Amino acid sequence: MTEPSETTADLLVPIFFMGKRYEVPASLTIQKALEYAGYQHIRGCGCRGGVCGACGTVFRTPDSYKLQVGLACQTVVQPGMHLMIMPFYPGNRSSFDIEEMNGTGGELAALYPEIFKCIGCNACSQGCPMDIDVMHYMAQAIRGDIAGAAETSFDCIMCGLCASRCPAEEVQFNVAILARRLHARHIILRAEHLHERVKQIDSGKFEEPLRDLMSKSTEELKELYKSRESEPQMAEEDWTPADARYV
Amino acid sequence: MPYPESLKKLIEKVVATRPARVERKKNDEEFPALKLEEREPILRDFHPDFIKGTRREIKVGPSKGYAISNEMVDLLEAKSRVNPHLVNLFEPDFETDVLVIGAGGAGTAAALLAAENGAKVTIATKLRHGDANTMMAEGGIQAADKVGKDSPYYHYLDILGGGHFVNDPELVYTMVQNAPDALRWLEGMGTSFSKFEDGRMQTMHGGGTCRKRMHYAADITGAEIMKTIRDEARNHTDMIDVIEFCPAVELVLDDKGRCAGAILYNLETAEYLFVKAKSVIIATGGSGRLHIQNFMTTNHYGATADGIVMAYRAGVPISFLHTVQYHPTGVVFPEQAEGILITEKFRGAGANVLNIHGEQFVYEREPRDVEAACIIRECSPDGRGNGVPTPTGKFGVWLDSPMIDMLKGEGTVRKEFPGKHILFRRFGIDISKEPMLIHPTLHYQNGGLNINNKCETNVPGLFAAGEVSGGVHGENRLMGNSLLDVIVFGRIAGIHAAEYANEHVESDQVNLDHVKRYNEEVEAAGIKEERIAPMLLPDYSNPEVRKKQLTKEYFGTLS
Repeated sequence: MTEPSETTADLLVPIFFMGKRYEVPASLTIQKALEYAGYQHIRGCGCRGGVCGACGTVFRTPDSYKLQVGLACQTVVQPGMHLMIMPFYPGNRSSFDIEEMNGTGGELAALYPEIFKCIGCNACSQGCPMDIDVMHYMAQAIRGDIAGAAETSFDCIMCGLCASRCPAEEVQFNVAILARRLHARHIILRAEHLHERVKQIDSGKFEEPLRDLMSKSTEELKELYKSRESEPQMAEEDWTPADARYV
Repeated sequence: MPYPESLKKLIEKVVATRPARVERKKNDEEFPALKLEEREPILRDFHPDFIKGTRREIKVGPSKGYAISNEMVDLLEAKSRVNPHLVNLFEPDFETDVLVIGAGGAGTAAALLAAENGAKVTIATKLRHGDANTMMAEGGIQAADKVGKDSPYYHYLDILGGGHFVNDPELVYTMVQNAPDALRWLEGMGTSFSKFEDGRMQTMHGGGTCRKRMHYAADITGAEIMKTIRDEARNHTDMIDVIEFCPAVELVLDDKGRCAGAILYNLETAEYLFVKAKSVIIATGGSGRLHIQNFMTTNHYGATADGIVMAYRAGVPISFLHTVQYHPTGVVFPEQAEGILITEKFRGAGANVLNIHGEQFVYEREPRDVEAACIIRECSPDGRGNGVPTPTGKFGVWLDSPMIDMLKGEGTVRKEFPGKHILFRRFGIDISKEPMLIHPTLHYQNGGLNINNKCETNVPGLFAAGEVSGGVHGENRLMGNSLLDVIVFGRIAGIHAAEYANEHVESDQVNLDHVKRYNEEVEAAGIKEERIAPMLLPDYSNPEVRKKQLTKEYFGTLS
């Protein structure tokens, strides 16, 4: 089977995968280029769409001494590049009971006391394939600014490249998800309507209308479906329907 | 790749019609939606499900005679990967209370609830924990929780209308009634939903919804949910053990016909391992990587229908697999990103869908099957032939994302769609300024294994949840109901599988007799092709290279 999107018609360029040379079409991503070369990925391949963190990749190109990063599924090959996919990086994680916490910086620091060893070198940010300002959210975590750390790290895919670059041996991505969870659970307000609705359901409020719907014929259902009132696209949050029997 | 000159010229037509379209949107003047009776002829003429020759009847198994896509039938008419006579079932490699097969949204939710109900859980998964379609779901999760304007009643009606009124009513009832509690559970674990300052959830429309009930975490809702519940599972390592890179390849039954575990295949050492369990939950997800009708797919690398194959051999019937969901908006340019999902949330936020003339031809919030069929009609030479040609000779239509900034304020696209904004920025395209070129792409397995509202299959001790199951979405799922499905039914499966494990005494007499019988049935049906299943991973390696892999058969490779 060939992935339908593959193309082999264009110019071949050399790439070096863990030091080994392959000639691959210039337009392919690193992931597809390796498949073109004959690999069937097991590790280092996940969503193939840039969100899962399976294919963090480090590479160098002939024109620069700098170590570069990207996701193998998102980065187009460059002639002469040397690359390695890093599917896994060890990262310690502290367990916690979120119900017992309050969302303070002190709680985060108690679980990850090593954050104070951060030397501010910024290698983590430079090593992030999602362009997240990793050093900034670590600084926010150190300051106890949980909300800030949560917001700055929101796009983190937990690939581990930050940790691989860190001279202070931090595990930034685990600090980040803790900050996001604390923020969402304890700092921003809970959705009261959600809890009210759960209570209504538990009290059986919708039981009768739903059972009534379930007993209807397809034709009756079609009529109800066609006549249901639609919330306008540009309606404000406080819009209410004319028929309020079931809401 | 930025847009080439040829496409930039065509974008000018989109820019020309944009101010008037934005003005109409602001006044709630929408392009007319199709009437219920107008949907059917378009589906029949242009939806891929209706193309002749793309389906055939299965010759073997519990749903023999049911016609579904050729690619799926190929798997169901295949033999086992293992020789059932050679497997040692006397010495289990692992023993557990509840075995969860698959570590996506449904599997992880199931594991958490099974553990909470006192069961020791082992999750076996093909790739890493969290490698699943859940991680890739973007737009949102539905729940009728806005008191005073929405209710499970309307959620139910929307689901039935989207699913062509043939959904399993009990499953739909179960999903809509449990939806708000599923959201409460996720909120309680610290999932970062987009909210107003007072804590109210922000919600928007999706295709086929009559109320704004799509909750979201920017445009990476599935990833946010998956990361959160995976992180929570990692808080319970005393109860939940995760075995990665070890997909299940067969179920194991006992002498009473109950499910008693599974055979795993270690992808890295090529060993087959036996996990003995008191109950088993199948949560292996979908099948986009079968590339039905050669469509590109939005699905995860591991979406290869493994659970359907295993459970079908064990006697579980399937339904609703005759329909496949093509997501209306997959990337068709740049080629490197081809097939990647563009969330429906763009259309929910007001972005129009436009043809080569920059004109609207479809209401942007039709149910997915209808929207996809209308786009195919617009692009197809047999239809209206108004598609936008790409440099590689394909056709697409425009999704006008820049109008979202004009409707909701400068910076909205960047803020609400960070995932897609960064994806296109890598290719030199700013989607807050330029539209996206899209085409329908293989997205979701509408049907699957038959389950009841406790996620039980007809095999005692065997449960299923999530995309692998069928019935709740009928013939077409609405946006935001798959994330809901995995959380609601994952939790239910976890509770009932734990209960089953607590209440039943296991048998020492376990076997793979059903696999032996199935292999014989395949032979007796006169199926000539030597196929094995589950396929585990798609093989995209170069055919020219494969021709030279002379030792692959006895070297233990995957294909």
